[in-house]
Amino acid sequence: MEEEDLYQDRIQEYYEEPYHRGRCPGCTHAHQDTNPLCGDVIRLELQIDGQGRLKEIYFNGDGCCISQAAASMLVEKFDGRSVEEVKKFTATEMLELFGVRLTANRQKCCLLPWRVLQAALYSPVSQAPDVQGSDGPGRSCR
Amino acid sequence: MSATAATTILDPEAYRPDFPILSMLLHGDVPLVYLDNAATSQRPRQVIQAIVDTYERHYANVHRGIHWLADQSTDLYEDAREKVRAFINAPAREQVIFSNGTTGSINMVARSWGDANVRRGDEILLTEMEHHSNIVPWQQLAVRSGAVVRFLPITDDGQLEMGALDQFLTERTKLVAVTAISNVLGTVNPVAEIIRRAHQAGARVLVDGAQSVPHLPTDVLAMDCDFLAFSGHKMLGPSGVGVLYGKLDLLEAMPPFLGGGSMIRRVRLDGFEPGDLPAKLEAGTPPIVPAIGLGAAVDYLNAVGLPAIHEHACRLTEHAHRVLNAVGGVRLLGPDPSRKGGIVSFTLERIHAHDVAQLLDRHGIAVRAGHHCAMPLHKRYGVNATARASFYFYNTIAEIDKLGEALRQVKGLFHRHD
Repeated sequence: MEEEDLYQDRIQEYYEEPYHRGRCPGCTHAHQDTNPLCGDVIRLELQIDGQGRLKEIYFNGDGCCISQAAASMLVEKFDGRSVEEVKKFTATEMLELFGVRLTANRQKCCLLPWRVLQAALYSPVSQAPDVQGSDGPGRSCR
Repeated sequence: MSATAATTILDPEAYRPDFPILSMLLHGDVPLVYLDNAATSQRPRQVIQAIVDTYERHYANVHRGIHWLADQSTDLYEDAREKVRAFINAPAREQVIFSNGTTGSINMVARSWGDANVRRGDEILLTEMEHHSNIVPWQQLAVRSGAVVRFLPITDDGQLEMGALDQFLTERTKLVAVTAISNVLGTVNPVAEIIRRAHQAGARVLVDGAQSVPHLPTDVLAMDCDFLAFSGHKMLGPSGVGVLYGKLDLLEAMPPFLGGGSMIRRVRLDGFEPGDLPAKLEAGTPPIVPAIGLGAAVDYLNAVGLPAIHEHACRLTEHAHRVLNAVGGVRLLGPDPSRKGGIVSFTLERIHAHDVAQLLDRHGIAVRAGHHCAMPLHKRYGVNATARASFYFYNTIAEIDKLGEALRQVKGLFHRHD
């Protein structure tokens, strides 16, 4: 039944017309990871300002509808929010944000961007622009 | 591994009633279309019954007890070994070692033969189309020994670069490990020729037969391989049992891989003497019932006939190429269908393989999606995941048509905003 909803319009719109998919201007933090089971890749790039806010947040990646739509929702939710809010955001809340019940296997797809965002908070990029990940996220992932 | 001359055309409907799972309805009322045979096949009643009979009437540990049941189970277990021996035309039953699967068999060779024979600077030649189970054990051996792992490249259409083989075979090549049929591309490799050329260069050859043994007649003598590894569960048998075939002198010289019961002649407090083959390489209680089930699977496959099985798979593959090409937006990996076994991997434009598989499941169609334990191969073709339909002799032309129709609907669902 949950599966009937999996490819509903709302999810597909996030997948086909994603929010902030691309490179982050003035990126200060970035992280990329894969789901080893399927090879899905998500990269998150953030610009965290002096007040601990996510001034900019962008994602890129390659993977199934669920992982990419989940990343898109996550980026939309936290655009302009604080680092503290991201840290408090739990895996369960991520699944709730996605809004469609997922089987255990597909939960991993949904939680990949959440995991990457949590790690990105602790992954400052070098001050020199475009040193890390300069070869285009998504393409260079693997 | 030679295809024999024309056989009578196989009718899958004659065999489907033997496979209880194939008549299952999914999601209420959708008939199962099982196209994931390269991952694991289904089992006929005859195999299931052999397992039940063993547990109900013949089960005890093998090669140990002096009681009636122990004799029964030992006889059945050794009968299974004899059936497998004949199935691959091995000269002697000691050359058929029961392992826990293809992975177990390859690791046994890497750990035992590899550690005893491969030294710093030696080379192990693999190909870019190997399954992880025929890559990682050799990478681990390279770490232990200081040997180098090299990869024979593949062409854009998924065939081995045979023209480059002699360059890759050097005086340092100790072993060539190659799959007989790619689990992703479906390519049937010219293993006999690889073996001949490797032997001329002084290298040993291990053939990964996980995909080929269930589909093609296998003759280890004609092929002249040094080792052959394959699994029971892809050829109608239970999971948990596989086979390592080896040339007798190589197996005899191999130190026992695992130590324990069964594999010894004598144990003293200050050491042990290993037992004879095959026990030397079957430490501990072996996969008794899975091996007996595999024996029943071999009987079944012999009755159907391997040449007919292969021809049927080729017919389905050809049909699948036609049907999938007609869907539009489908990219097929691997060579022309005439060079393939029953495996067709593909991508659908702008739709991830996982989504394809999940949506096909709504139509009762089981395919595999992902990298199929062959990440280097997917990287070679610039895709991170593919969907794979793989066939066995119980699959029908009508099932392939259902796959095509379902893919059309998947496309419609995703591209409705276009």
